[in-house]
This record gives sequence, structure tokens and C-alpha cells, in this order.
Amino acid sequence: MIAIVDYGAGNLNSVKKAFDHLGAKVVVTTQPEIVATADKIVLPGVGHFSALGALDNTGLRDAVLQGANAGKPFLGICLGMQWLFEGSDEAPEFAGAGFFEGRCRPFPSSVKSPHVGWNSLEVREGSHLLRNVAPESFVYYTHSFQAPVVADTTAATEYGTRFSAVVEQANIFGVQFHPEKSWTVGLLMLKNFCEL
Amino acid sequence: MLTKRIIACLDMDGGRVVKGVQFVNLRDAGDPVECAAVHARDGADEIVLLDITATSDKRNTMLEVVSRTARCLFIPFTVGGGIRELSDAAAVFDAGADKITINSAAVKDPSLIGEIAARFGSQAVVVAIDAKRAHRGFEVFVAGGRTPTGRDAIQWAREAAACGAGEIMLTSMDRDGTKAGFDCELTQLVADAVSIPVIASGGAGSPQHFIDVFRDGRADAALAASIFHFGLENIGQLKRELQAANVPVRWPC
Repeated sequence: MIAIVDYGAGNLNSVKKAFDHLGAKVVVTTQPEIVATADKIVLPGVGHFSALGALDNTGLRDAVLQGANAGKPFLGICLGMQWLFEGSDEAPEFAGAGFFEGRCRPFPSSVKSPHVGWNSLEVREGSHLLRNVAPESFVYYTHSFQAPVVADTTAATEYGTRFSAVVEQANIFGVQFHPEKSWTVGLLMLKNFCEL
Repeated sequence: MLTKRIIACLDMDGGRVVKGVQFVNLRDAGDPVECAAVHARDGADEIVLLDITATSDKRNTMLEVVSRTARCLFIPFTVGGGIRELSDAAAVFDAGADKITINSAAVKDPSLIGEIAARFGSQAVVVAIDAKRAHRGFEVFVAGGRTPTGRDAIQWAREAAACGAGEIMLTSMDRDGTKAGFDCELTQLVADAVSIPVIASGGAGSPQHFIDVFRDGRADAALAASIFHFGLENIGQLKRELQAANVPVRWPC
């Protein structure tokens, strides 16, 4: 069973729908106990980095970290991916999980922010999440902060700067864009995640 | 590179598509679920469903259509028409929309923008502005373009963005239905006034009009409501023409 962690940040219907479409068994939950029993964990999220503070207050942070540290496949989407880094300038008082080095920062002032729309990926070989994904596929973004390109970046995107589109490290995966809204390319990534 | 979005818009009345794109290869040209799916396959970057009646008795029909459309649509899906308060928006999101558009209700009470954004995120709130050339500048109209407000469109776009809107959907009432091209001047004024994306609407009559509104109007996206009326086979063909003119688009997709 895949647990989609609901900590009150936005609308999780689309993420659930995409997994339903793929035939995966998936539950949207606010309960740490249910997260603990899941085989895989998905942390979605839109909006402000401070929304992630709700993870700390509800016991979900521990449940999510325990699962991730126990080797369960874990996917952070958008804000959920930013949480995998050390933190974000958007809400410096909240700590990220620190699986990946660096902090999330705003876009340079040379481009409009937020970054909204379809942008292309620059895919690095060997990614598990991006298996069979064409190297310059388009994916749908909507975000105001971006994570740096690090050693574990398996796809990058260019918008004012080059930032991490996909990061992966063993069982931990993060995507800045919305695979559930990225047409067949996004569904392929979610299918890859289901098959891990 | 960030691409320019082509958004397919379906106008709906009582659960049926009443205007907008006409299909030749559909079993049922008026079924919004099927129309949305065909557009997605043909290369639309997003789908907008506008409930143009939005009377209360047809409301549940609309929500049911949203739910059926959303189930198999894996591109951004926006729903508008008749959203007057937070609970209306919540019902549409629950049915499966990714974004909502609000127009008259936001003009009446701009705090509604922030209220919906606080709960569902700014990315989910599109403020629709109907603007018409006035003696000086552009004036905002509400109630489906029937009621002038005396407000300046550029100023209102700025205010909406400051209230937490995620995007502006800007319709030129002067150009709507004319096929004379988008109002590039209006679009450019708004696009330069706000940092959020601006979706241009009203007046599309040829692929060149899209090229113009992306280049001169600095639009981030453009609405194609009746693309087949000017002889294009589908959105893919429009995108190929844009690509040939070096406008970045998601194609092939």
C-alpha cells in the first residue's frame, strides 16, 4: 500500500487519482500509524514551505522519516521534494529532512516568479524513477523556490538558473514538478515508482 | 526552456459543451469528458471548463461532469463559472479540479482570492478579468461582461496578484469573438504589471495571432476556444506552426 501523506497543504486528489489510474493501492492519510504500515510513502504539497511545519506538529515527520530510513521507497513531490533538502529561504525557521545537501532559494530576479508551465528535463542516465523517460521530456511546474543541482540530481531544468528537477538517493526520490499533471510522461514516472 | 501554453477552453451549459471547439471525430461532440480527453491527446497543455450558466439547479450536474472529466485527465484542469465563495471553490476542488477561476466574486470581495489561496495554494487560484477599452485605459466588466465597474484593468490585475492570485486570465471584450487577433496592447500592459503568469483570451483567428500575443503581448499562455473555426485540424497543428516560428511550445508531447 502507498500512503499519500496529508498534512493539510492543498489538494491531494490529483496525486491519488494518478495512482488509482495506475491500479496502485493508495490511501490519503493524516495518521502516522497508517504511514508506518505503508510499503511506500508519497509526500506531496503545494504552497509555502512553512506548511511543512504541520508535519512536525502531528507526528507525521517521525513516521515519514522512519519509513524513509527503513528503506521504504519515498517520493517527495514539489514542496515535498524541497523538504528533502536542508531547508528553504522561504521559511528559514523550518528544517528540511536533509537527505540532500543545500537549501531552496527563490529564482533570480531576471525571470518572472512563480515558474508556471511546461518545461523540459535534462535527464542524466541511470535514473530509476526516469526509466524509459525520453531525455528532453516536458513536465508541468508551478513553484516559486528551487532546489540546487547536487550530486544526486538525476534531472535538471533551466529557468533563470539550473535547478534540480529530480533527485534520487537509494530509496529516496524527489521531483520538483507535478508528475500527476505531466501527462503520459508523469504517469510513466509514477509507474516506475510503483514498480520499485 | 519554459514553453508557452496553449489552453483549450470548453464552455459548458447544463453538462454539455455548447461553444468552443467543434469535433469531427467524436461520437458525441457535446460531451465535455470526451472533448477534454481529445484535446489532451492532441497536445493541449491545459483544459479549462467554464460553466456559463452556473445556475444553482445545474450546479450538481457541473460537479459531476468535473469529477468524470478529472478522473482520466493528467494535465492541469481548471474550472470556472459561478464560484462565489470558499465553499463553492472547495466543492470544485473536491470534484477534481486543479485550479478554479473567479471573476465577479473577486471584484466584489478581493479577500476571497486570499481565502481560497490560503486553503488550496495560490497556484490553484486564477483570477479572470474581462476588460474593455475605455476613454482612458481598459475598464473591468463583471457579470459575464454585462456590468461595468469603473475599475482599471491593469490596477485590478496588480491588486489580484497582491491578494494571492496565481495567474490572471485576461479576456479582451473588444476582441472576443471577432477573430481579429488578441489584444496585444492590453495583454502586454498586464503582463508587465504582474509577475504571475498571464493567459490571453479573446480574438484568436489564426496561428499568427498566437505568435503575436506571445511575442508582442508577452503572454505566458493563450486560450484557444474555437481553434477549429479557422481551419486548423487540432492543437498539434497550431503548435507545429508556433514551433516553426520559434515560439517555444511543448511539442511533440
